[in-house]
Amino acid sequence: MDIVVLVKQVPNTTEVRIDPKTGNLIREGVESIINPEDRHALEAALQIRDNTGGKVTVLSMGPPQAIDGICEALAMGADRGILLSDRIFAGADTWATSTTLGRAIRKIEQFDLVLAGRQAVDGDTAQIGPQVAEYLGIPQLTYVQKLEVREGAVIAERALEDGCEHIEAPTPVLVTVLSSLNEPRYPTVAGLIDSTRPRAPIEIWNGADLGVKAYEVGLAGSLTQVVKTFTPKGARNTQYLEGSPAAVAAQLIDALRKKEIRLGE
Amino acid sequence: MDFKLSDEQRLIRKAARDFSFKELAPNAREWEEKHHFSREVFEMMGDLDFTGLYVPEEYDGTNVGRLTAALVFEELAKGCYATAVYLTVHNMVTNLICQYGTEEQKERWVKPLARGEKLGAYSLTEAEAGSDAAALSTSAVRKNGGYVVNGTKLYVTSGGVADVYAVMVRTSDAHKSKGISTLIVEKGTPGFAFGPHEAKMGLNASPTTELHFNNCFVPEENILGAEGLGFNFAMTALNGGRINIGACSVGLAQQAFDYALAYAHKRQQFGKPIVSFQALQFMFADMATEIDAARLMVYRAASLMDEGEDCMMEAAMGKRLATDVAMRVTTDAVQILGGYGYMKSYPVEMYMRFAKIGQIFEGTNQIQRVVIAREITKYKGRKRPDSY
Ligand SMILES: Cc1cc2nc3c(=O)[nH]c(=O)nc-3n(C[C@H](O)[C@H](O)[C@H](O)COP(=O)(O)OP(=O)(O)OC[C@H]3O[C@@H](n4cnc5c(N)ncnc54)[C@H](O)[C@@H]3O)c2cc1C
Ligand SMILES: Cc1cc2nc3c(=O)[nH]c(=O)nc-3n(C[C@H](O)[C@H](O)[C@H](O)COP(=O)(O)OP(=O)(O)OC[C@H]3O[C@@H](n4cnc5c(N)ncnc54)[C@H](O)[C@@H]3O)c2cc1C
Repeated sequence: MDIVVLVKQVPNTTEVRIDPKTGNLIREGVESIINPEDRHALEAALQIRDNTGGKVTVLSMGPPQAIDGICEALAMGADRGILLSDRIFAGADTWATSTTLGRAIRKIEQFDLVLAGRQAVDGDTAQIGPQVAEYLGIPQLTYVQKLEVREGAVIAERALEDGCEHIEAPTPVLVTVLSSLNEPRYPTVAGLIDSTRPRAPIEIWNGADLGVKAYEVGLAGSLTQVVKTFTPKGARNTQYLEGSPAAVAAQLIDALRKKEIRLGE
Repeated sequence: MDFKLSDEQRLIRKAARDFSFKELAPNAREWEEKHHFSREVFEMMGDLDFTGLYVPEEYDGTNVGRLTAALVFEELAKGCYATAVYLTVHNMVTNLICQYGTEEQKERWVKPLARGEKLGAYSLTEAEAGSDAAALSTSAVRKNGGYVVNGTKLYVTSGGVADVYAVMVRTSDAHKSKGISTLIVEKGTPGFAFGPHEAKMGLNASPTTELHFNNCFVPEENILGAEGLGFNFAMTALNGGRINIGACSVGLAQQAFDYALAYAHKRQQFGKPIVSFQALQFMFADMATEIDAARLMVYRAASLMDEGEDCMMEAAMGKRLATDVAMRVTTDAVQILGGYGYMKSYPVEMYMRFAKIGQIFEGTNQIQRVVIAREITKYKGRKRPDSY
């Protein structure tokens, strides 16, 4: 099975802080890493390849430094890396990003499965996977926590709010995964030695390679624009409950009800 | 002079950092309290190729060199100093056999050691031979195509859990240091037993035990090099070992610093974060400066060794400074956390206990000064040649 894995470089923090003055993300001093859920997607791809053969290609769009993530992915075991990097890709919203990634996957041609993390920790939109699937006109399975491959099909367990769903889809198909899917391996030293050598199997594609026009991608190709980002100023309000465990539990349930917090069925 | 790491070094450091953060740091306290050595973690480090860092590829190492190895040890020490330390000893022994062993010995020991299937230990110290290691008395007497070994070795890192031991023994009484040889002894050899895990001030995730030799027969194919070369081997190994301990100590100091700094930003007293008090800012400034100095010295010694240059003095200086800095910085970190720093529910008191051993093993810091002074005085007052 030939697999394309979408990986994104993100700041290494789950609490991305926002500069209150400018509204921008504070990235200084924050190391870039492969988006955590993308590592699970890559691990799934590597396991499938190890069992069934085929080739794993990692695909990333980002500035030149994003090549680090591709080197790491190769050192974990991916066969080929492609970085989409061009000034015209800059400032892309999820629409423009999906378009660019979709074009690249079309160019790769040979694929049965596209794997991606559910969402990136620096944006939390969970839109890229589904939009890429739409662009490619293939089925999508999101929130996958178990994945099996068959001849010409995948069978997945999707985590839903109140349970899970077993679902089968024909290939080619796009799957977005949760971190509960597997335990990703680490890149090895030997792998990193190979993946940082000049002859490592990494390609860098720009706009011309994809045959896109500047107005289709990047900021110009985006349907949305960030007007302002800010940290909501929710004041924390601690309420202490006292009494026996049973009494505390009853008070807690009342308090949650009063705030109209759903307690499940 | 270029202070930039290569992409390879940068990404290997990052992999080590990630591993350390996810696999070591969350467990370090529990391992320390329960005196638990995790074989599983050693095997994981083997899978990541941390077990043969300066052994060539043909013996299943990665040969990334001393500087890259120092980066790995530094990162691992941030998560668990004890784990980083025993891994450095393992790498030291693997390299020792690789450097001086025969083809058969490399096949037999270096490959499984480099792959992380076997764990290595190094045994020089004895009860009456610590700093004066050449005074060791564990005897190896030639008999029937091998040696009969008798005696007790002290304070062996990974004693009992290691599979392969490089043991310095006395094969001749004629000379002090030239009567010492290195035997490779495998766990399970009849007549070879271990004392209990010593209870220590810190570093308890890394067992330290005695080795007991009681008429233990070691075949002659287990001697490293030739008779009489053992002390030289032991000292050469320690030279690299000092760079490694320096690297671990830099990592430990950095970890304590990072923890204390984050704490000082959050902790409020007198209506503001304590980091805003100049008294603490100056402490942080000194800590940062000293950590940086230690790191540069350790990296410099490692680079010299990678280039095949003599670095006896530089390695000793790096070890001396880095371990003293780690002691000071971890002590200051406890101070900066105030009463919380003294509590076991915070990690800095553990860092402080870890730091102390760095000043003692692989040659005490007094012995480092002996080494440094020997190098300085060997020119009899003439100017030392420029090393740059
Ligand atoms: C946790 C731990 C792990 C260890 N792991 C290993 C291991 O894996 N393998 C191994 O072989 N050993 C190991 N050791 C032993 C360690 O290397 C020795 O403890 C160390 O070399 C010091 O020897 P000593 O304890 O006998 O102290 P001593 O030599 O008795 O020293 C006592 C004091 O006298 C000072 N001193 C001694 N001679 C001089 C001098 N000439 N000038 C100035 N001051 C001097 C020392 O600096 C020290 O302060 C380990 C020790 C510990 C605690
Ligand atoms: C074993 C133990 C026993 C104790 N017993 C008692 C007891 O019996 N009764 C009791 O009341 N308390 C007791 N304490 C609490 C102890 O007195 C406090 O821990 C101590 O006063 C420090 O306060 P803190 O821990 O909140 O540190 P913090 O006040 O948060 O100080 C943290 C750091 O900031 C520095 N700092 C704070 N303010 C300034 C400033 N303005 N300028 C420069 N530096 C500053 C401090 O020097 C310290 O380095 C005990 C603590 C321990 C660990």
